[in-house]
Amino acid sequence: MLTTIRVNGVDRAADVDPRMSLLDFLRERLDLKGTKKGCDHGQCGACTVLVNGVRINACLSLAVMHEGDQVLTVEGLAGEEALHPVQHAFLVEDAFQCGYCTPGQICSAVGLLAEVAAGQPSEATVDLEGPVVLTDAEIRERMSGNICRCSAYPQILAAVRRAAGVAA
Amino acid sequence: MSTVRDWAEPNPVTENRTGLIGKPVDRYEGRLKVTGTAPYAYEVETPSAPLYGHIVSSTIARGRITAIDTKAAESAPGVVLAWSHLNVPEQAARGARINPRSQRGANPALASDRVEHYGQSVAFILADTPENARAAGSLVRVAYAEEPADLDFLASLAKAGPAPGEEDARVGDFEAGYSASEVTVDGTWFSPLQNHAQMEPCATTAWWEGDKVVVHTSIQMVKGGQHALAETLGLPSDRVRLFTRYIGGGFGGKGQSYDDLTLAALASRASGRPVRVAYTRQQMFQATIHRPAVQMRVRLGADRTGRLNAMAIEAVTHCARNAPFVEHAANFARNLYAAPHRLTGHRLVRLDIPHAGAMRAPGEAPGMLSLECAMDELAETLGLDPIELRIRNEPEVDPDNGKPFSVRQLVRCMREGAQQFGWDRRNPVPGAVRDGRWYVGMGMATAIRGNFLLPAKAGLRVTGDGLATLTQGMTDIGTGTYTILAQITGETLGLTLDKVRVELGDSDMPPAPGSGGQFGAATAGSAAFETGMVMRRRLAELAAGDPASPLYGEDPTLMDFANGNIVLGNRSASLAALAGRAGPEGVYVEGSISPAADARDWSQHTYGAHFAEVGVDSVTGEVRLRRMFGVFAAGRILNAKLAKSQITGGMIWGVGAALTEANPVDPRFGSFLHQDLGGYLAPVHADIVNLDAVLLDEADDKANPMGIKGVGELGICGAGAAIANAVYNACGVRLRDYPLTPDKVLAALEAKGL
Repeated sequence: MLTTIRVNGVDRAADVDPRMSLLDFLRERLDLKGTKKGCDHGQCGACTVLVNGVRINACLSLAVMHEGDQVLTVEGLAGEEALHPVQHAFLVEDAFQCGYCTPGQICSAVGLLAEVAAGQPSEATVDLEGPVVLTDAEIRERMSGNICRCSAYPQILAAVRRAAGVAA
Repeated sequence: MSTVRDWAEPNPVTENRTGLIGKPVDRYEGRLKVTGTAPYAYEVETPSAPLYGHIVSSTIARGRITAIDTKAAESAPGVVLAWSHLNVPEQAARGARINPRSQRGANPALASDRVEHYGQSVAFILADTPENARAAGSLVRVAYAEEPADLDFLASLAKAGPAPGEEDARVGDFEAGYSASEVTVDGTWFSPLQNHAQMEPCATTAWWEGDKVVVHTSIQMVKGGQHALAETLGLPSDRVRLFTRYIGGGFGGKGQSYDDLTLAALASRASGRPVRVAYTRQQMFQATIHRPAVQMRVRLGADRTGRLNAMAIEAVTHCARNAPFVEHAANFARNLYAAPHRLTGHRLVRLDIPHAGAMRAPGEAPGMLSLECAMDELAETLGLDPIELRIRNEPEVDPDNGKPFSVRQLVRCMREGAQQFGWDRRNPVPGAVRDGRWYVGMGMATAIRGNFLLPAKAGLRVTGDGLATLTQGMTDIGTGTYTILAQITGETLGLTLDKVRVELGDSDMPPAPGSGGQFGAATAGSAAFETGMVMRRRLAELAAGDPASPLYGEDPTLMDFANGNIVLGNRSASLAALAGRAGPEGVYVEGSISPAADARDWSQHTYGAHFAEVGVDSVTGEVRLRRMFGVFAAGRILNAKLAKSQITGGMIWGVGAALTEANPVDPRFGSFLHQDLGGYLAPVHADIVNLDAVLLDEADDKANPMGIKGVGELGICGAGAAIANAVYNACGVRLRDYPLTPDKVLAALEAKGL
């Protein structure tokens, strides 16, 4: 099926096998291999991308479902020279080791910060009335869909705090 | 051959004038990883459009394929070929070797009609797209003649036999010493089967260049992978070029190659096209190795002051019927505590399940979950603080062999850890601290893990642009190899890091053993250091012999290296100018490291102490980590930031081992109950709260010229035991059956009437 998806600000049209996941579309058709395949079952978060600003697991979504959608991947975060603040924070806090879950963690953190800014509560939110406070518990809860087997969790927490401008 | 005395001389790394050694610099390849541009094996560019392989797996544990029908698959859309054991190209027999220096034997795929475990490869599809390959795979029809299989470890303990080529280690007379002891502990612990669950599934991209195959694969050992594929294909090793530049986690599970490598190479040869093959997540569980379950009986005998008189760990573990492997869960105890009467040994059960193999800290990781809890029980029986009990059993020399310790800061780890953690606030009475519905408790355990140095080489080139490029057939599995090699090279040559390049993971480069067993940094790093020293001598001689050099005619042995220059008095010659004049390729040298002849005259280990505080939910039995802290001693630290990441990562593996990770075998099929990351519970963000570690100042001059040691596996050793001890302190329940899941905790609480 001819499908057009706006990826990192550019319309990308392709004849897509209806069985193809958004993840494989990005990796195999667009050669955007920054988005990783860890489990292909929505259980690890390595394939996290932002679709119309909302983070999803690209492996759980078929490419043909995203006609006209805006998809942001890890390749679309950095500028020409400067890293995105979340990427920079991951680098300086050493919030990764093998690096395979990292693009997903970073996209997830970008999505998290937008959700918090928009006042969307999570399971860890104490006060459902007021604005969401970005506590450590909020970050841990909202990042728990992204497994890091190297277990850089303390550093990822620090990186998200740093990117959000929250003091330790 | 060198001796450790040669290593004690001051050198550029130990003097650390530039200050690069120990500096918490960012990861060398970090920018590639945070931008998603580091190419992992499946992602490398191919010379032309690739084809995609898909492996079909067996659904029985043991038996014979009586019929396999790949016709429907062959005629499915996009399919290029479909193989089973009936038509796969010829490969060498398993274990065969034709190359005299091969480190590995042949490892053929689809080799016969025999099925030896659930999930074994039985067919392979090559197609134009991943979707077509996978769909065609579902069309393969297999008929089996099943045979009786041994699948249940605990039900098979009676079949346990001696580990091949091993004898129990006996010192003194354990039985007499134990029965004469005033106080005893006798318990049996169980550590379950666990999986590596690396985030990157095993994957290979392969293509042929004439009669030579180029493979990019995800493997921890460059030479091991190259040799295994060469033997399997019946080729000289130099006709296999293997790259493994970025590896999405290994933890021991990628210490060997799997069928993705073999089948990608074969399919590329057959099709004339580049081929990509990746394992599915389910195949990662079923078709790679795992840490086997271990049952450990621990007996401790002590006098009333807490001095151990007798100590035994008898471990029973399992491996695949035709792939011997022993999880040496008892070995660590030989070097840890003094006791005159000792017994340690292993028994092995052969099962018809996937291959057991090395997983992060093989031996210590499950083993310390037993002894370190037994010590906690003994301390309580004696009314001693668990730290004091351990200090009373701190040996003067290695209790196993009488050798002196190179350096041993175990007591300091415990004392500093206790102070920083606030151990004095622990109430020794179990169940005494409540926080609402939570029982709260603290526990501690020690950590010990061996240190190793293997032979390794490296290459180093300095070019006219002033850059130094280190090349090594080594891997970085997230451990920080790229970064520490850059730091070592920079410090050795007096260069800033922006002048240093590191290239790894290529079988054409000077070989290093790879990543595993916590030997990577010391081994590869020492080779890089020695190569840097060769380069220093070479450049100094060039400076002395080059009429254009300001140092012409001077004594090269007096020259120093700093800020990109060779310096003598107030004169200097730049490395860039010297290398530029030497030729367009600059100056290239190779160097190597070998273990010192007398290195094993000392007992060499890394040490640590873990402290954990947990809450146990009195209603649900759930255990939640509240905070965790560790103090470690592992030689000179090359990069404070990366070393700490390694250590805390290991500690979190200990949290998983204590609380969530286990993979039972389904006795009906021989499959694992958990074949994905939804079922196999590796820790996630919300499981890990307030976890930190510090590394003590140390230099081990018996280890290698830089006095460094490994940190990759130390953090997991003993970590889970600290948690189990905290659970006991919290609620008075001793669980010896890991992981400590809510069902077990709740049943134990109810049994106590709580």
